[in-house]
Amino acid sequence: MEEFITTHRMNPDIDPVLTIWRWQVSVYLFLGGLTAGLLILGALSVLQRRKAAPTAAQRLLVWTPVVLGVGLFSLFLDLEHKIHVYRFYTTFRVTSPMSWGSWILLLVMPVSVLLIAGTMRETWPGLYAWAERKGLRGLATFSEKRLMGLARLSVALGVALGIYTGILLSAYGARPFWNTAILGPIFLVSGLSSGAALVQWMSRDEREHRLYTRIDVGLIAFELFLIGLMLIGMASGPERQQAAAHLVFGGELTTYFWVFVVMIGLLLPVLLEVFHLKGRPQPRFIAPAFVLLGGLIFRFFIVEAGQLTTWIGY
Amino acid sequence: MAAKKRYAMVIDTKLCIGCGDCVVACKMENEVPEGFCRDWIVESVTGVFPNLHMEYRSERCNHCSNPPCVHACPTGASFVDDESNITLVDPDMCTGCKACIAACPYDARYVRPEGYVSKCTFCIHRVREGLDPACVASCPTHCMHFGDLNDPESNVSKLLESRPFKVLAPEAGTEPNVYYLI
Amino acid sequence: MWGNSCQGLGVEALQSGSGNAFKWAGRDLIISRPECAPPFGIGEAFPECTIQPYLETDMSVNRREFIKIGALGLGSMSLAPKVFEWGPSAAKTFPVQPGDVVTRAPTYCEICFWKCAGWAYTKNGRPWKIIGHDEDLHSHGRLCTRGSSGLGLYNDPDRLQRPLIRVEKDGRQTFKEVSWDEALGFIAERLQALKETHGPESLAMFSHGNGAVHWKTLVKAFGANCIAAPSFAQCRGPRAAGFYLTYGETVGSPERTDIENSRCLVLIGSHIGENLHNGQVQEMSKALDRGTEVIVVDPRFSVAASKARHWLPIKPATDVALLLAWINVILEEDLYDRDYVARYTVGLDKLKEAVRENTPEWAYPITSIQPEVIRETARLMALHAPATLVHPGRHVTWYGDDTQRSRAIAILNALLGSWGRKGGFYLPQSAHVPAYPHPPFPKPAWSPCDFTRALYPWALSPVASHVRDMTLDPPDPEKQIKAWLVYGSNLIYSLPQPEKTIAAVQKLDLMIAVDILPSEITGWADVVLPECTYLERYDDIRTSPGRVPQIAVRTPAFEPAYDTKPSAWMVKKLAGMMGLDDYFPWADMEEYLDHRLQQVGSSLEEMHELGVKTLPSLGPNYFQPGEEVTFNTPSGKIELYSQQMADAGFDPIPRYTPHAEPPDGFYRLLQGRSPFHTFSRTTNSPIFTELMPENELWINPQVAADWGLKAGQYVKMQNQDGKTSQFPIRTRITERIRPDCVYMVHGFGHSDPRLKRGFGRGADDNEMCTTVKIDPLMGGTGRRSNFVTFITEGV
Repeated sequence: MEEFITTHRMNPDIDPVLTIWRWQVSVYLFLGGLTAGLLILGALSVLQRRKAAPTAAQRLLVWTPVVLGVGLFSLFLDLEHKIHVYRFYTTFRVTSPMSWGSWILLLVMPVSVLLIAGTMRETWPGLYAWAERKGLRGLATFSEKRLMGLARLSVALGVALGIYTGILLSAYGARPFWNTAILGPIFLVSGLSSGAALVQWMSRDEREHRLYTRIDVGLIAFELFLIGLMLIGMASGPERQQAAAHLVFGGELTTYFWVFVVMIGLLLPVLLEVFHLKGRPQPRFIAPAFVLLGGLIFRFFIVEAGQLTTWIGY
Repeated sequence: MAAKKRYAMVIDTKLCIGCGDCVVACKMENEVPEGFCRDWIVESVTGVFPNLHMEYRSERCNHCSNPPCVHACPTGASFVDDESNITLVDPDMCTGCKACIAACPYDARYVRPEGYVSKCTFCIHRVREGLDPACVASCPTHCMHFGDLNDPESNVSKLLESRPFKVLAPEAGTEPNVYYLI
Repeated sequence: MWGNSCQGLGVEALQSGSGNAFKWAGRDLIISRPECAPPFGIGEAFPECTIQPYLETDMSVNRREFIKIGALGLGSMSLAPKVFEWGPSAAKTFPVQPGDVVTRAPTYCEICFWKCAGWAYTKNGRPWKIIGHDEDLHSHGRLCTRGSSGLGLYNDPDRLQRPLIRVEKDGRQTFKEVSWDEALGFIAERLQALKETHGPESLAMFSHGNGAVHWKTLVKAFGANCIAAPSFAQCRGPRAAGFYLTYGETVGSPERTDIENSRCLVLIGSHIGENLHNGQVQEMSKALDRGTEVIVVDPRFSVAASKARHWLPIKPATDVALLLAWINVILEEDLYDRDYVARYTVGLDKLKEAVRENTPEWAYPITSIQPEVIRETARLMALHAPATLVHPGRHVTWYGDDTQRSRAIAILNALLGSWGRKGGFYLPQSAHVPAYPHPPFPKPAWSPCDFTRALYPWALSPVASHVRDMTLDPPDPEKQIKAWLVYGSNLIYSLPQPEKTIAAVQKLDLMIAVDILPSEITGWADVVLPECTYLERYDDIRTSPGRVPQIAVRTPAFEPAYDTKPSAWMVKKLAGMMGLDDYFPWADMEEYLDHRLQQVGSSLEEMHELGVKTLPSLGPNYFQPGEEVTFNTPSGKIELYSQQMADAGFDPIPRYTPHAEPPDGFYRLLQGRSPFHTFSRTTNSPIFTELMPENELWINPQVAADWGLKAGQYVKMQNQDGKTSQFPIRTRITERIRPDCVYMVHGFGHSDPRLKRGFGRGADDNEMCTTVKIDPLMGGTGRRSNFVTFITEGV
């Protein structure tokens, strides 16, 4: 069968394959996931200790608005009509994951700032002193009083953010490789794993370091399991989903997926972490760096793979 | 307000010769920028020489009754005109996020050089005046028909009653309103 | 009228109100029109309508808002409905706005030879679109793909902009931009010199298109009469000769084929739908919709074949065998129209005798079409006769025996009784519009055409390729062609063996090219005159034949761009310089056209408004039952057997002669048309370089497998004479073609870098046709005996 567009429709970024979303979106999805991971892990640490404490997980909270800000800037770069960016906030479209996402992001930002304000006396005394000088002690006191509530809210928002980054893509029925509900959990787990890796990297406490290494091993294993489920679901799905699965089973992205996403991005870091736990010496940053790299590669892969799959083969 | 319409296009693949007049007529009427197309022709050949079947289809936005692009739009720039069931884009609300493009299984949308998303409008500026869309009005084979499916007496309703037809990617669940007589 | 004039804009007159009120996109508008008083100037004072928002205070007309965004599905949970109002937002969505000034001017298309009438629109003084004229018999209100894209020619940035003269600079030849006075003065001077040295007869003209009218007058006034167009010997000449020999008439253009009423349509290599001859395409579509039986004979699964119930994928070059087998079946099975044949034809017995051996079983190994298929299709033709049309085709210069093949088609139609019958060939009518009077032309002492006619007895028109050959190699040293005037015809692509064309140009004293684009032939000219497009000028009245007589006018819709001019202006000025004023006694085209139109009871003013005018019918379109008809043949009958051909030493009844077969590893090269392009003329159009930027070489998958070719791979072609294509061509691996041939669309592979978009895009089929089979009856140049192989290395 020969089926093609005879009029050489070459609409930019649509033909011959969809390339509307490039590195900007991949970077945003990665940083969004990392934000979710850091926020959840930091908030969980607060909840677990029932107080603010100078753990790496809590100290890293200070980076969440920054990381998210960079991510949002990357997303902003992707907009073709930038001066209309405010339009995201003049409405709420219940059917649009992107609309949900923009409102979630709007909530994550202040909540994460409050959580930082509530923990900084312990985690970043310098920052606290600076805030005090700027007359922001009230903010800190306000947050400290409500720290447990803020932490619970942060976990909830972090989960929403992490899942949203996946749902954003999985809601597109038009792109079979994205169109699987498991993508939300995968992105959440991947975001958590990235967060755990960063905590593990930044931790100065050996116990905490090993704890987050162990957590990360679990998360990556779980992520691999979920990705496996995703592919099994796809490969055993209807025709279009099967065609999407073919992308990594002999198709265009086979090498990309198995070598870069699976081996370098997931198996290699998890092996490094396991070796590390077993006491094999290695530089402290190696494993977490690979985890973070793997998270980024995974976002690039998913963004590209989805755009390569379609309902219509021309 | 006038009775609610459900505009649809019915294209007879038995007559379409794939000449692309619809594509050019659209480009001229709507001043579609150079390098962009709102409609296009697909040639589909099945079989092995000399037992062959060929179908031409003039394709465009399907103005779906369940439009994933409208559902995906975070700002409400993509909307369905309540009166006509035509899917339109309000350029002043569009951020160029391209969610609608990702959502469209037919790849019918594109980003104009100015940064907002555009696509087939079913030439509603003509339709409102009782004219056919430019593509339909130009087709030398008369294989394209346009009308209101809510009107059982319309040309398109009658054609769909009397002839076998198909739509593109019905499995996508978009309930398209461009029909192909087969 | 004004309401009508605005219909195409999406404006419709309201019955209520002042009559000047219009609804536009749901808003109420008034149309105000400045008084349009003749004479119409170019680009101004055309009928025009100004669209303004209706006065807010006038409540007599119902008002409604434009588009309301409704609640949509789940979206209803979000926000209150929004109203989409006219404003900057709508301006970005829809092409016309309240307040826009829209004008239109009648024209007829010049992108191909079908000449469909239409309207060229401007919006706020800028060109907008061209749409068909509802009353026009050629287009029925619908232009084809190319016609709709006419602005692509107008907007082509590569257009010739100013007159050019060849000069020597630093030892190299180049073009110098000159003024019109200088360019025309140069021509006048050189033609005068030519007249003195070689006589006026040494000027030959090549033309294509309606703008050539005044140039032809000038050539004749100058004292020459050799005016050739490649559309004869490179295209439809064999058909003209074959039908002329049989019926004493040709089929004309647009063809007198009654496809609309046919019940059985037979196409032999004619790919209607890919050749976008508008009226025929529309009629075929109507016929298909009615369930007309279509039989297509083509080695390729053409678009028409895909619509046909019977596709006969014939072995190329064997059509005559199939036609003879069909004739054999129809005669042997007594399926022919006995009354018609007895009344109107001569030579039945000789025909029967001649085709006795040409049974379907005989034809099978030749054509590869199975005998039962041949029988079945022949019976179908007879079943629906006389409403069976065996289409004569248009581009029919294939194998050098094309007049004979056209004869076979003509004979088959005669047996079916379809000539002059409903569903076959109708009797066409043309409007007779008397010419603008001018003095008689001087009689040339000799004409190159005399040599052509001596060589090819049924060359009904001058043979462009022969004129070229005679320029290169004069049959009489005293009678040489020393100057060419080439109007709108890219001879490098339209004449076979382009190297011969280039060699012939070298022998000229003067070479003048009139063109819109810097087509390849203009690169060989001494002087190039840039013509404005058909959208920027008046041209002569269209009087083409049809079912009823009709006239159409072409008027300028826009000012000529750059320093381009209409031919009428150029010729009038040049004639003045050459002392030939008397032949152009009109002041300008307005006066010329108005004078001619007055002769048929119209006027230029009226035609500016009407565009097209249908004149009273001159009689029936079909023979009446039992009508006695005298045909313009020596016998006065339809000649199944042609005594005059026998007398001239040709086969009086077509005979099958085998043609050369492709050598091993070579494939017969077939050419055709695309709906997106007219020859090589449109391959630089900004619109079409987008929609069809290059041609492809169609290759059967078996062949591709043998050669290890991949779809979309670029290859070069090499032919049997060792000629390699200048540019590579993309392969299309498709089941739509037989394995013994390859196919490509004509007109690509421009070699002139001044054609920026078309340069090097795709390949040129013409350069691959080094072997040319000349039709001995009319001088046609058959190009389908060329075979190509693929070069994959170094492409």
